[in-house]
Amino acid sequence: MGEDTDATPTLNHHGFLPDHNYVTEADIISTVEFNHTGELLATGDKGGRVVIFQREPESQTEPFSQGEYNVYSTFQSHEPEFDYLKSLEIEEKINKIRWLPQQNAAHFLLSTNDKTVKLWKVSERDKRPEGYNLKDEEGRIKDLSTVTSLQVPVLKPVDLMVEVSPRRVFANAHTYHINSISVNSDYETYMSADDLRINLWHLDITDRSFNIVDIKPANMEDLTEVITAAEFHPHHCNLFVYSSSKGTLRLCDMREAALCDKHSKLFEEPEDPSAHSFFSEIISSVSDVKFSHSGRYLLTRDYLTAKVWDLNMESKPLETYQVHDYLRSKLCSLYENDCIFDKFECAWNGSDSVIMTGAYNNFFRMFDRNTKRDVTLEASRESSKPRAVLKPRRVCAAGGKRRKDDISVDSLDFTKKILHTAWHPTENIIAIAATNNLYIFQDKLSSEMH
Amino acid sequence: MFTKGTKRKFSDPGEEPASSGDPGPAAPSAAARTLSSSYSLQRQSLLDMSLIKLQLCHMLVEPNLCRSVLIANTVRQIQEEMTQDGTWHIMTQALAAAQCPADRLVATEVLCRQTDAAAQAGQSPKPFSVVGLQEGYHSEEVVMEGDVETEVTMSSLSPLSPQLSSASYLTGPFEVGPCWEEEDEEEEEGDCEENEEEDSEGCLSDGEERDQDHLNADSRTGEKVFGTFEIKHPASPPDPALEELFSDVDPSYYDLDTVLTGTPKMGPYDLLESLSSHGPTALSSSSSCRSDLNELDHIMEIIVGS
Repeated sequence: MGEDTDATPTLNHHGFLPDHNYVTEADIISTVEFNHTGELLATGDKGGRVVIFQREPESQTEPFSQGEYNVYSTFQSHEPEFDYLKSLEIEEKINKIRWLPQQNAAHFLLSTNDKTVKLWKVSERDKRPEGYNLKDEEGRIKDLSTVTSLQVPVLKPVDLMVEVSPRRVFANAHTYHINSISVNSDYETYMSADDLRINLWHLDITDRSFNIVDIKPANMEDLTEVITAAEFHPHHCNLFVYSSSKGTLRLCDMREAALCDKHSKLFEEPEDPSAHSFFSEIISSVSDVKFSHSGRYLLTRDYLTAKVWDLNMESKPLETYQVHDYLRSKLCSLYENDCIFDKFECAWNGSDSVIMTGAYNNFFRMFDRNTKRDVTLEASRESSKPRAVLKPRRVCAAGGKRRKDDISVDSLDFTKKILHTAWHPTENIIAIAATNNLYIFQDKLSSEMH
Repeated sequence: MFTKGTKRKFSDPGEEPASSGDPGPAAPSAAARTLSSSYSLQRQSLLDMSLIKLQLCHMLVEPNLCRSVLIANTVRQIQEEMTQDGTWHIMTQALAAAQCPADRLVATEVLCRQTDAAAQAGQSPKPFSVVGLQEGYHSEEVVMEGDVETEVTMSSLSPLSPQLSSASYLTGPFEVGPCWEEEDEEEEEGDCEENEEEDSEGCLSDGEERDQDHLNADSRTGEKVFGTFEIKHPASPPDPALEELFSDVDPSYYDLDTVLTGTPKMGPYDLLESLSSHGPTALSSSSSCRSDLNELDHIMEIIVGS
């Protein structure tokens, strides 16, 4: 599995300066997403930009450059805004990108910051018409006296141009910060979720949205729980799930009521009373939720674990994976430096047999659900040269037996966090965002899925 | 590694073996305090840390609601536990005995009042609630007029449940707290006048204007405790009068933020002033509170980095 990953790390970065220690904050990657075929990979950053990578078609002549991702297009999606009413800035940071399934030659994606969702059309132009009768090559109107014959304009090939244009702007529907967007399987609607509400939109209608979940209490002083993530079911267009800061998941059916405050299913693992601490609630807060490709399972991430839930079993998760349990004794310090509030994302592989999530020190973890094996890998310039095989890493407890190349818990760099990861929909290709660097790893040894 | 430069006199609870970040449950009452004073100390430090986190919001961008809610819930938990084992009552006595100026760490005092009221009413105290969350996010209800400065007002944390407010020293219904700012601002010079105005207007939710006068009358009677977590971020350079007033504030306090929370430095003069007022001189020397005094002393030492 992961141990044999033959990595071809492609360092695609924007704004990386030679001085390793200096990171432009605007270049910090805030979201990563493959499209439905895996041909395109989009990243969003704190500066409001979106960079799209395209996979080069495998060529016979150069076997080593098969399937590498290169920059396809870059555009500014969101700009910083100022809310005059509240005297607060609205960050331009891209919180999420979601691709629409491709229906024609163009690609569409949704990108969102804290307040506004935008639909972008990405299209290619590789031809242009030439031979107009009334205009010359530069577009100037011809002197009619010089026109002696009529010609039919023809399309001539030109260098490929990628054009990105905003098609819809879905604004002014969220009082709180948008944390998730999810496109419905009906390909007509999508939802956007903020801390307290979830809205349903039609992709073609920007001046209206329907509120389908509202957990805002009548009295804000009674607020104890917020929405942390939400996603539509991959196949059933009436079902969606949302997670909360108290570690619960709620599956809702839009057929039951217009306002889905009442859940169809509530997934919650009872807390172990012996492990209770002041931090129990914080570490139980779900930072990400993802349906499996099959639609049968849910993958959730909280601070220390990743859990797989069966949609048919609400009482407890099917599987629990410890991502970095060695942090359990450090919770007070992590609370102090705010790391305990970091929101890690999680991902399924194409066959739903392996799950992946990020950790600190530029480590990311993969768990094979069938073999129960797991691996820790590092995404960093030092440890990955192009075409090198990634070496599994190990974190040992402070003072414990230490093997060579092991890292002690106390040496972990908590500023290097892998919050955003993505897995190709069908192949073993993963994209890892490490602060302002994007790493793309491919598993060459086994191209078929486990 | 986590908090470089922080001096600690007790071991980081995180480094104790077999600890899950919270060493053991609290045993009842006085026995608990002497037996697990280390635990109480750590719990108190966690409480203070949480309150500071709630106050130190980002300057220009709305604070993360999820984070604020989680921290507020943590404070609630601590408060509940401290109430159950009786240490809450002792802490409130210690603080009440001290003649502290109005602008101090308000939340603690607020919670003290809450508990006293509850004790009188024979109820368990209403869990700590953060009104301030309302301020940043009620754009549809709050109208901030003509703001000159960027203000994030975490308004006073007050006993807001109707049944408690009647039992508390505040007579009459008490809703949104920011009206209390007028108390604080009486002590501040400079450009506070217009702040008073806009805050009064800005902080009133629907239908509360009628309570304004009533509340003001109550507030002026004695207790200047109910300040606010008001954090003013002047867009223009600070008022020279204000500067002069707080010129004796040790700039090293600004390092407190980085040390404890890693968040950007704020300029809440009143907050830092309030922390400094927690010094040993402000505490009574009643022997029954000695262990708590030591705890507070100790925490203060950590805070000022001595």
